[in-house]
Amino acid sequence: MHNKTIAEIIAGLDAGDFTSVEITQHYLKRIQQLDSTYNSYITVNEETALAQAEAADKRRAEGNTPAFCGVPIAHKDIFCTNGIRTSCGSKMLDNFVPPYDATVVENFADAGAVILGKTNMDEFAMGSSNETSFYGPVKNPWDTNTVPGGSSGGSAAAIAAHLTPGATATDTGGSIRQPAALCGITGLKPTYGRVSRWGMIAFASSLDQGGPMARTAEDCALMLNVMASFDPKDSTSIDRDVPDYTANLSQPLNGLKVGVPQEYFEEGLNPGTEQAVRNALTEFEKQGATLVNISLPHTKLSVPAYYVIAPAEASANLSRFDGVRYGHRCENPKDLRDMYMRTRGEGFGDEVKRRILIGAYCLSAGYYDAYYRKAQQVRRLIKQDFVDAFEKVDVIMGPTSPSPAFEFGAKGNDPVAMYLEDIYTIATNLAGLPGMSVPCGFVDNKPVGLQIIGNYFDESRMLNVAHQFQQATNWHQQAPKDIEVEGVE
Amino acid sequence: MTIERADIEKLAELARIEINEATIAETTQSIADVLALVDQLQAADTEGVEPMAHPMDAIQRLRTDEVTESNHRDDFQAIAPATEAGLYLVPKVID
Amino acid sequence: MEWETVIGLEVHAQLATKSKIFSGSSTTFGAEPNTQASALDLAMPGTLPVPNEQAFRYAIMFGLAIDAEIAKISVFDRKNYFYPDLPKAYQTTQLDRPIVGPGHIDIELADGTQKTIRIHHAHLEEDAGKSLHEGSFEAGMSGIDLNRAGIPLVEIVSEPDMSNAEEAVAFAKKLHSIITSLGICDGEMSQGSMRFDVNISIRKPGEKLGTRTETKNLNSFRFMEDAIKLEVERQIDLVEDGGRVIQETRLYNGDTKESRSMRSKEEANDYRYFPCPDLLPVVFDDDYIESIRKELPELPDARHDRFMEQYGLSSYDTNILSNDAGMAQYFETATKISGDPKLTANWIMGELSAQLNTADLPIKHSPLSAKQLAGMIVRIADGTISSKMAKQVFEGMWNSDGDADSIIEAQGLKQVSDSGAIEAMVDEVIANSDKQVVNFRNADESKRPKMLGYFVGQIMKASKGQANPQQVNEILLKKLNDLL
Repeated sequence: MHNKTIAEIIAGLDAGDFTSVEITQHYLKRIQQLDSTYNSYITVNEETALAQAEAADKRRAEGNTPAFCGVPIAHKDIFCTNGIRTSCGSKMLDNFVPPYDATVVENFADAGAVILGKTNMDEFAMGSSNETSFYGPVKNPWDTNTVPGGSSGGSAAAIAAHLTPGATATDTGGSIRQPAALCGITGLKPTYGRVSRWGMIAFASSLDQGGPMARTAEDCALMLNVMASFDPKDSTSIDRDVPDYTANLSQPLNGLKVGVPQEYFEEGLNPGTEQAVRNALTEFEKQGATLVNISLPHTKLSVPAYYVIAPAEASANLSRFDGVRYGHRCENPKDLRDMYMRTRGEGFGDEVKRRILIGAYCLSAGYYDAYYRKAQQVRRLIKQDFVDAFEKVDVIMGPTSPSPAFEFGAKGNDPVAMYLEDIYTIATNLAGLPGMSVPCGFVDNKPVGLQIIGNYFDESRMLNVAHQFQQATNWHQQAPKDIEVEGVE
Repeated sequence: MTIERADIEKLAELARIEINEATIAETTQSIADVLALVDQLQAADTEGVEPMAHPMDAIQRLRTDEVTESNHRDDFQAIAPATEAGLYLVPKVID
Repeated sequence: MEWETVIGLEVHAQLATKSKIFSGSSTTFGAEPNTQASALDLAMPGTLPVPNEQAFRYAIMFGLAIDAEIAKISVFDRKNYFYPDLPKAYQTTQLDRPIVGPGHIDIELADGTQKTIRIHHAHLEEDAGKSLHEGSFEAGMSGIDLNRAGIPLVEIVSEPDMSNAEEAVAFAKKLHSIITSLGICDGEMSQGSMRFDVNISIRKPGEKLGTRTETKNLNSFRFMEDAIKLEVERQIDLVEDGGRVIQETRLYNGDTKESRSMRSKEEANDYRYFPCPDLLPVVFDDDYIESIRKELPELPDARHDRFMEQYGLSSYDTNILSNDAGMAQYFETATKISGDPKLTANWIMGELSAQLNTADLPIKHSPLSAKQLAGMIVRIADGTISSKMAKQVFEGMWNSDGDADSIIEAQGLKQVSDSGAIEAMVDEVIANSDKQVVNFRNADESKRPKMLGYFVGQIMKASKGQANPQQVNEILLKKLNDLL
């Protein structure tokens, strides 16, 4: 049952092959048996999940079946869930139970989904390996000595280990696409403003975007149908109709112009990864697409620009965690200053502290122009690169990540090496463009992701491109060998 | 631009984050490394380029002036570290 | 050589919106602590701001009223600092691109000349909550109430164009008058709806600006005046004793008439302003701004000119009646009913203002409505009551909801104007005053008018004060002359 895609689960529920309670129980049991190995969930909601499943079965029996009626999914623990602890992977929010739902959570509730639990993540989404979580690292189901990527490593690993058929995630600099690549699943970061940020704990407001992760492009399309909405509560949400993202999945790709940026194939790219990506490009040519060599000249500056803008925004966004109204407060503060200093010193992990300090530095008197303003100018140049490229091509393709999953601790003490993990993904966040990662091969039994970058609001086309690729290949159907448990199905 | 321990201490004070004595040297070094990466920006020619704060060229929507919220103090204060008489308590604020 | 004082004001006015600037929480004053604080106001994780259009309309109204340029594009910035009454630990404000650009306000000085005070800009921002230092909670702690957090403020920053306390107060009063006339703020200084911070420095004429201090917490015009004088004196004493003024924020205490440096503001702050990424540029076109201009209510200067022309009052009276929006409205409502601008003006500026002062009430909270007052004035004008009786009627209305007529009726205050009845009373008094009549007859003509007082007194006594004094005089004089 856990090998089914979301599309297959919906079909199975519709056909009466199984009930929501049955499949929910099945997933809960698997989580119980396997997740001690992967640590992909921070919180599992047995009780509420089963109640939701029962309600969904009842609804279905009454003939009222919204899109995700009874389909189990998981939420990244960055989305606020009313009555369910939302930690954002931080000690700071270890005791935080929000009295409200994120818009994305509400959308899935309205669609009848069952929430299995909240997935692990890098603390406040700051990380590319899931090693910064207060709840311990997530293990990559393909090789538990390696990282799942981050920051949505919990969502990616849970899907790869078939502990949920799909999960929500967020992407600020690659946090959906890079773990999707490293865990061999499919993930989509939509256009900035397509998915509401309300109730999604902010890391860097002008870069953060929620999106779906699942095993197939089709499932991502189904999830995006639910996630995407215009939300009046989010000033940066775009008031634009949400299309049916499944409508164009089957369109043939002949005539498609695929931009291949030379900067995405330069030094630093693992040869095996490059080979897998090149093979994928060949597959698209086979399907009638044309490859067009393009240049995104400011790619190299995207990481430096990002590591000014994201920490600057984060330094302000994370100031609210002060121990006054919710979350962690230090024991016996001797005065107000002591309360602030110790609460935040204890509540945040090293990477979060580092980024807050970098952000404060870049905004501080005398440095604003040299860092923040400069980064914002470079940001415009980066966006312009893409605008120019999309004059010539329909989608852009390249590797998602420079290399497959690395071992724990490999980059632990070197933030710069870690930050360069996102060299191919960060630019799209700076530009606000949609991007996705699709499994396209293996290096040493570790998955490789193909990145597909689309034009603004062109998610339908990206999903179509990814779906056609998945119709012709079976990379996305591979599963890690250790995820089957004796006695369960 | 070089960054030193004293700078980190000043930033930590601004950001109200206690940095433990044992790790301050390491923190200083790692931040210096990141800033060295960030300094690559200085080479970019940005003459006449308008800074970009938002990825989309959207403009702000405004809300109608209506009261849409009701009192949920009990729910909010149930998760607060310290409250009394409807107030959030903090160590004495000195003006 | 004399010292020159340089004063600039920063004024925060709470805008009279129903809901907060970025959330749908109510802004009603005086609610139970934290009952008007939503998830956004509490800076709960994941919450996002959406600006209130009315706050912008009000700010634009203000800008138009002071001849300022309205920004077609304005931007919100974050100002970062930690304080328990600032839940996000940043204030959303406008630094580089405020909604209102440079403008000016003209004030009238004591000698009747005009002075232009330039406004540097005015911007929108959110108010902070309140820290309570004592109350029914644990000692040694402060209690935070976030009901006020997020109430829209327009911060108005003047140029340092004022050179003494009187000018500063005249400016503050004029600003108050404009803002309340626009109806964009209730102007209640005691509730903190309008707050004045004063930047003061001294210098010798011709020298460059001295180091300035900022004095906060001036919640009445009188405190402002006292505080400025105190600070100027302090700075002069300091410098003349060989000291140096340091840049600092000072807190004025109106009760003790003292000021002190604010410790919390001492540390050099680095606010790390940057554009708020949760909010987009706010854009207005000409049509929008013009539609607001068309609906601007009458401003104090225009009202002053109209009052002069329409009501024929003195310049002095007009100033008093037209400056304050509440006063002007009261006057106009009352005059419309009474039909007698002069008498109405006298009563408002006299008895009513005195009583309101004693009770420490603004005119809009007057226990005596304009309609009630006008009803009384009608009765003075038509001779039903004398001015003296009117004082009793006024008191009666102050303490009850009754109108003038019902109080006149209840207290039997009607003036007797029936000439037959007055004649009878006059006859009776003359008949009982043989000695005084003889004296009157024998007196020199020039002394006779003074001798009328006795007779009038007796007649008024007989009428229990209700005889129309003018009629009494006329009839008495005629009858006494008949006896000559």
